[in-house]
Amino acid sequence: MSATPRIHPRAEPGETAATAGMGAIKIDVRSLNFHYGRFQALKDVSIQIEERQVTAFIGPSGCGKSTLLRTFNRMFEIYPEQRAEGEILVDGENILRSKKDIALIRAKIGMVFQKPTPFPMSIFENIAFGIRLYEKLSKAEMHVRVEGCLRQAALWDEVKDKLHQTGTSLSGGQQQRLCIARAVAIKPEIVLLDEPCSALDPISTAKVEEMIEELKNNYTVVIVTHNMQQAARVSDKTAFMYLGELIEFGDTEKIFTKPDKKQTEDYITGRFG
Amino acid sequence: MISRYQRRKLVNLFNLGIAVLATIFGVFWLIWILWTTLRYGASSVNWALFTQDTPAPGSSGGGLRNAFVGSLILLGIAVAIGAPVGVLAGTWLAEFAARRKLGAVVRFLNDILLSAPSIIIGLFAYAIIVDPSGHFSAYSGGVALALILIPVVVRTTDEMLRLVPGSLREAAIALGTPYWKLVTRITWRASASGILTGVLLGIARISGETAPLLFTALNNQFWSTSLDHPIANLSMVIFQFAMSPYSNWQSMAWAGAFIAVAFILLLNLVARALLGRRNRKA
Repeated sequence: MSATPRIHPRAEPGETAATAGMGAIKIDVRSLNFHYGRFQALKDVSIQIEERQVTAFIGPSGCGKSTLLRTFNRMFEIYPEQRAEGEILVDGENILRSKKDIALIRAKIGMVFQKPTPFPMSIFENIAFGIRLYEKLSKAEMHVRVEGCLRQAALWDEVKDKLHQTGTSLSGGQQQRLCIARAVAIKPEIVLLDEPCSALDPISTAKVEEMIEELKNNYTVVIVTHNMQQAARVSDKTAFMYLGELIEFGDTEKIFTKPDKKQTEDYITGRFG
Repeated sequence: MISRYQRRKLVNLFNLGIAVLATIFGVFWLIWILWTTLRYGASSVNWALFTQDTPAPGSSGGGLRNAFVGSLILLGIAVAIGAPVGVLAGTWLAEFAARRKLGAVVRFLNDILLSAPSIIIGLFAYAIIVDPSGHFSAYSGGVALALILIPVVVRTTDEMLRLVPGSLREAAIALGTPYWKLVTRITWRASASGILTGVLLGIARISGETAPLLFTALNNQFWSTSLDHPIANLSMVIFQFAMSPYSNWQSMAWAGAFIAVAFILLLNLVARALLGRRNRKA
């Protein structure tokens, strides 16, 4: 890891932490505790994630950053030994206690994983699958919609002649962009990215980062990353986590230049972790 | 005094030698079986074998048409019952009971059924179908074969579905996919060739079964496609004809054995090809 903290490229001169923190709150986590069986992975975490901003979670392996991300769409629920206590308000509604159909909550929250996960179907069907879950479109409308999603992912030119080949025939980077396109195809409000570039080469990583820039205009983006330069490059806010606790959260620029906590400074300067 | 290196080489040579001998011993019998059926069987294969029915004792000519068709009907019944039940039960094990105690219990029971002697299965079918209905029948034979097929299909379906990476399930769930749709549209599709392979290997397994048919389908010297009557089938005809004193019966038994082995070989080749395609994709 580089020892040189980077200035966030999009920070306006004269912008302060106070003025940067004025956006509407999209996800409001209040004293969240999380357990894998008897192991407590999150300890009293509270964090407020702003609308249409990119928020990065950083920290050493096992610090709970992915765990925190996976509570936002209740992904942990498919594993019976995992449980969460506390509140996660999305648009003011506590999703942990919501009686709404979980599918409707997840429709609002897209997720992309560490390894690309194309479905065992054609490139076209990979995108259309999610759309069909929520909308009934004619063949022509579906085509327009899928093309739009692939264009947004800057993938259209690469796949337009092989839409009916299987999704697994693409390269790793293309597969990951396909998965991002699939996640945004159902028009979510929040996009969760769980180390989306850790299996990709630098060029594919750059393309995915460009997409993240784009996504920010329409979605609230939360990204977990092991790569601190990536957090510095793409995010507006950064949360540093350590051993299941949220150590420091603030503007990316501030976290990477003059963090308040010694632990944060040690981590970003590469002294531990 | 031999050095450590020389000692290692000697031990290696010794173990390798034993392994090679064991392999040769195993393959030797297999090749002998294939060679014998080919030598005695292939020469007796002729057109009449597929166009004429089993001959009466002492008469010349004849073929195995009724036995081939009967065997196919029995296999058809077994697959129609066994494949859907097996695939659905395997799906339940892998997708819905993976982390539950009941799943572990059912998986264990299935493994017992998998190695149950086939004669016991035949006796069971006799007790629940043949005895109450008062006569031998094709459908009771089909049911007996299905009971042997089911655990094979359950096992392979379960194993193939559990090979589907969890990340694929999570990705579908993150889109808000209902679980039944996740199973039918994604995990089944991801493991389709593996499941199909399981069904084919199961068919190969039951196509040579004789013991369960002894109590159920029995045999029929005449042409019959009625499911309510005893039906001719290859393995029973081979048994009957091979033990007979008539030379035309004996050579027909060899021809039937040859066709049966060729059929099983073909099924295995198709299964391998399917699985190979699956592995290339992964």
